[in-house]
Amino acid sequence: MTLTLKIWRQADAAAEGRLHTYQLDEVSPDMSFLEMLDVLNEQLNAAGEEPVAFDSDCREGICGMCSLMINGEAHGPEVTTTCQLHMRSFADGDTITIEPWRAAPFPVLKDLVVDRSAFDRIIQSGGYISVNTGAAPDAHAIPVPKQNADRAFDMATCIGCGACVAACPNGSASLFVGAKVTHLGELPQGQAERDHRVVNMVAQHDHEGFGGCTNIGECAAACPKEIPLDVISQLNRDLRAAMRHGH
Amino acid sequence: MTDMPDTTTTGNPSHDAPGDVVDDAAGYYREGDPIADTKSPDDQPVERRWSERKFSARMANPAKRRTLSVIVVGTGLAGASAAATLGEAGYQVKTFCYQDSPRRAHSIAAQGGINAAKNYKGDGDSVYRLFYDTVKGGDYRSRESNSYRLAEVSVNIIDQAVAQGVPFAREYGGLLDNRSFGGVQVSRTFYARGQTGQQLLIGAYQALERQVAAGTVETFTRHEMLELVVVDDGSGPRTRGIITRDLVTGAIDTHIADAVVLATGGYGNVYYLSTNAMGSNVTASWRAHRKGAFFGNPCYTQIHPTCIPVSGTHQSKLTLMSESLRNDGRIWVPKDPADVTRDPRDIAEEDRDYYLERIYPSFGNLVPRDIASRQAKNMCDEGRGVGPEVEGVRRGVYLDFADAIARLGRPAIEAKYGNLFDMYTRITAEDPYQTPMRVYPAIHYTMGGLWVDYDLQSNLPGLFVAGEANFSDQGANRLGASALMQGLADGYFVLPNTIRDYLADGPFDTVPDDHPAVVEARASVQERIDHFLTVNGTRSVDSYHRELGNIMWEYCGMERSAEGLRKAIDLIRSLRDDFWRNVKVLGDSESLNQSLEKAGRVADFFELGELMCIDALHRRESCGGHFRAESQTEDGEALRHDDTFAFVSAWEFGGESGARELGTPVLHKEDLVYTAIEMKQRSYK
Amino acid sequence: MTSVATTDLVRGGRSTRTTIALKLTMAVSGLVFVLWVLAHMYGNLKAFAGHDAFDEYAGHLRTMGQPIFPHAGALWIIRAILVVAIVAHVTSAVILWRRAEGARTTRYQVKKNKHSSLSSRTMRWGGLALLLFIAWHLINFSAPRVNVTGGSTADPYDLVVDSFSTWWLTLVYLVAMLALGMHIRHGFWSACQTLGWTSTTRARHRAKSAGIFLAVLIAGGFSLVPIFVLAGVITK
Ligand SMILES: Cc1cc2nc3c(=O)[nH]c(=O)nc-3n(C[C@H](O)[C@H](O)[C@H](O)COP(=O)(O)OP(=O)(O)OC[C@H]3O[C@@H](n4cnc5c(N)ncnc54)[C@H](O)[C@@H]3O)c2cc1C
Ligand code: SF4
Ligand code: FES
Repeated sequence: MTLTLKIWRQADAAAEGRLHTYQLDEVSPDMSFLEMLDVLNEQLNAAGEEPVAFDSDCREGICGMCSLMINGEAHGPEVTTTCQLHMRSFADGDTITIEPWRAAPFPVLKDLVVDRSAFDRIIQSGGYISVNTGAAPDAHAIPVPKQNADRAFDMATCIGCGACVAACPNGSASLFVGAKVTHLGELPQGQAERDHRVVNMVAQHDHEGFGGCTNIGECAAACPKEIPLDVISQLNRDLRAAMRHGH
Repeated sequence: MTDMPDTTTTGNPSHDAPGDVVDDAAGYYREGDPIADTKSPDDQPVERRWSERKFSARMANPAKRRTLSVIVVGTGLAGASAAATLGEAGYQVKTFCYQDSPRRAHSIAAQGGINAAKNYKGDGDSVYRLFYDTVKGGDYRSRESNSYRLAEVSVNIIDQAVAQGVPFAREYGGLLDNRSFGGVQVSRTFYARGQTGQQLLIGAYQALERQVAAGTVETFTRHEMLELVVVDDGSGPRTRGIITRDLVTGAIDTHIADAVVLATGGYGNVYYLSTNAMGSNVTASWRAHRKGAFFGNPCYTQIHPTCIPVSGTHQSKLTLMSESLRNDGRIWVPKDPADVTRDPRDIAEEDRDYYLERIYPSFGNLVPRDIASRQAKNMCDEGRGVGPEVEGVRRGVYLDFADAIARLGRPAIEAKYGNLFDMYTRITAEDPYQTPMRVYPAIHYTMGGLWVDYDLQSNLPGLFVAGEANFSDQGANRLGASALMQGLADGYFVLPNTIRDYLADGPFDTVPDDHPAVVEARASVQERIDHFLTVNGTRSVDSYHRELGNIMWEYCGMERSAEGLRKAIDLIRSLRDDFWRNVKVLGDSESLNQSLEKAGRVADFFELGELMCIDALHRRESCGGHFRAESQTEDGEALRHDDTFAFVSAWEFGGESGARELGTPVLHKEDLVYTAIEMKQRSYK
Repeated sequence: MTSVATTDLVRGGRSTRTTIALKLTMAVSGLVFVLWVLAHMYGNLKAFAGHDAFDEYAGHLRTMGQPIFPHAGALWIIRAILVVAIVAHVTSAVILWRRAEGARTTRYQVKKNKHSSLSSRTMRWGGLALLLFIAWHLINFSAPRVNVTGGSTADPYDLVVDSFSTWWLTLVYLVAMLALGMHIRHGFWSACQTLGWTSTTRARHRAKSAGIFLAVLIAGGFSLVPIFVLAGVITK
């Protein structure tokens, strides 16, 4: 296949960026999207132009490192991560516009690479269960109904990629926060800190500059792990409960 | 999964008889003094040693702990759990990782599960049995006291993880579910669907972030360790810090602490294509090795038989397909090389070679990882491989579910393997329900790593090594679901208990910026960066990496021979030489520069690759995951030589001779002594 | 470490100061409006019962709640609640709008909407339009009252008939009802979500269906009178 690529190039966080157009021939449909970019980078390197910077690590759809807004869709047209997207999802002759995630709390560092450390700080503010190493009771001491365990698991599959934020017109990270609040809130171990957790995580979310949710649903549609909108309802509900409890 | 229903013939040392005392590696190394672990209380029975050591290890009181600092490089299972636990204990901790968040470490990709000797199924499991399986699975090349401790603390890991909210699979009664993994006789594997590594890592990551909020841990993301700072002020060497590069700004920083922990994972990416994450590298370990830390058993690598095959030269990494597929899939290739391009469904039953069932009638498709892998390579080398031709060879064999679908029905197969089939379809655009899957072996794990004693301390005082980065517990081959166990055992339970003994002597003197050791380390980092940016050669870093990987895979992969390894060493040396003179790295060092990052990593892989080949050349025996052509039984099976090779090869860096030429490495042997287990030879026929 | 917008952690956050608190305010005030427009729509349909029934209803609004409340007291209470609700609704909306603008300072060159409904994406401009409409509506029928045909404004029923006999005014009302329907369609489900009533897939689907039902009911119900006036079925 032959492709026209319009790629956002930006030298560093402070620089102005713009779209550059590249032509790429001999793209195989079996390539992953990132392998296609690898090939482009080889070509650029050979021609003396600095390769395009983009993030990836596991390339298996699990680490959440890869990002990319592809033709206006976070992680591209399929429900998966960019690294698991393959070129057979595109047609010969296509023009593909590739941009970084855009949200004020995710500043662009270079080209397609953004800083998502805001997510780490949201977890720091309460996305955990406080238990010191060695202080745990036997794992069978507290049975967890399978239904709750399964729901906790579903929400724990979030990979922290940030596609939800990238897709949301409000730049809200409610899906990410909701997934964690629901994961931990579903388990008996997570009850003690439930009120504090939700209040602090939402407060940090707001402080980072993410927008408020207006229940539009773009986030869940973009989420490669299919985290459902339900978690935002759960988040709101938990916050309301915390409000009632005076937090 | 080397462990299959009883696979051993009763202890019969006659196989091991007069090992060839041929020294294939003569001229490539020097032999140094033997080395020994001095921390394990070996006078105690194996089950008492850990309690004994925990008791004898010195402690610092809480007030003093606040004055002691530890650097933890790596935030995978081993690093994150260690840093969180040390933070909880009150030490000042700094963590480093090259990803943008600690949560993305390579551990996240582990699928299958984590072993623990909980015996929740009441099927006769015990700490001793897990210990026994680990040693046997490791082909009697692990250190007995370490393997025992691993089995012993495995039970605490599950408790800890559950308390943190790790959503392991549960049964309807609300209790934890277990599965049997890789054919072991007991069900001891805890799992969270196919994402066990992710869930465990998120648990450890959350514990880590909790400590960040508590102020005991500071995390440095997108920071790569490029050098170790070892200070010797007359009283012997002490590891005191690291030099890092901020991957975003390019800033070179010095971080000083009382002790340094490396938890930087494995080095499978020396093969270029592996199931490891793109950024997995050996730089941290290798820089430590260059500073004097011994490298243990570098040639011990594990190959996983069922990965999705390479689809073209653009391939950047390989994806693992769970081994469980072999429970129902049948592996075959066409008998006639002329058939390899035909639609497999049109190839008649009698024209298919179900080679594992043919060669190993009693184990068939369930032979251990190393055998399944080696035979697949043999078939492809014979020209009977299937799938796309990449660089002249078709590297793939069929894994066929047609019989299983006919026998059990499609819904049953869907229920068992649905998500794996979907993943396969996403990557290959082929439907495994209709046409056989294609699989091929890939590098998956490295048992070798920096040498450590029972305290997980390397021979360099103050340098501790945890997780896949150390060589310790897995021997020459690792059981499935035991790497996650080791990473967390090291990080949560072992290291925090042993490092305190070392730290009890601290805090150590401050190390000023102008200390010669710091100046030297920074200069060496700067020199390499400047070099790469000024070579102005013609070839990209990736192209060198790929070529190095091919050499390693071809000659230091599943099957090794003296001739091949010597050839590999020559090839690596000349390619490395070319690399230093002809690599092309654009951009600058003051901003994010991914080519520059890769250049440094590949430079270290070159040096490691050579040492791996020398180690493999020296170890003239087939053990664990690798087959030495010169060491096989009459019917072509692996032959171990316990009388000549029952030791750990701990390699000391040989220094540099001339411009970027490596000196001769020095081999220190640590004898392996088994008091609780008798050595046996494996047999799968 | 790297350049980030902020690196500090919020300590002692309060639930009442969060964006979700703003959302809750919007949800509750929005639901107050839904109840109000339901009642209002029901009242409007009295126009089908003829002049006297309609005016009696208008009068009843004033005597409602007597003697517990003084004359028109209940109406004033309702008015007060509505004023508070609208102020709260609009203020929260403006704050959230500004936050959203701040969260996406650089726009995408290409952006697709994968899932969101038109209603959900037009809440803000649609809401603004509704606000203008309400202002006109009050001027039209409450105070000072305007009869675009130049006729009397004293009789509520006659004013209604005069107004909707004017084709362009009917059109304005119908467009406004479309906007109202869309606003309710997303707003109702959104309020349920914000109040945490939709934590399962089923509940989510039910809330969405209820939103559509209410939207059609209210917008449709309101539209009947203008249409039938214009069509000459309802006359003076
Ligand atoms: C596909 C796959 C599936 C697997 N499945 C299983 C399984 O089912 N069960 C099982 O037990 N094991 C499994 N394993 C093995 C297991 O996942 C790993 O062995 C284990 O997770 C390693 O953990 P670690 O903490 O030692 O290192 P890693 O998780 O590799 O972490 C390394 C850390 O070091 C950091 N780092 C590396 N170099 C530097 C540097 N120079 N400077 C700064 N930071 C650096 C990285 O950023 C990272 O944080 C699997 C492995 C793979 C590849
Ligand atoms: S909720 Fe989904 S889109 Fe958002 S960070 Fe998690 S996985 Fe990514
Ligand atoms: S690179 Fe890990 S999820 Fe895409």
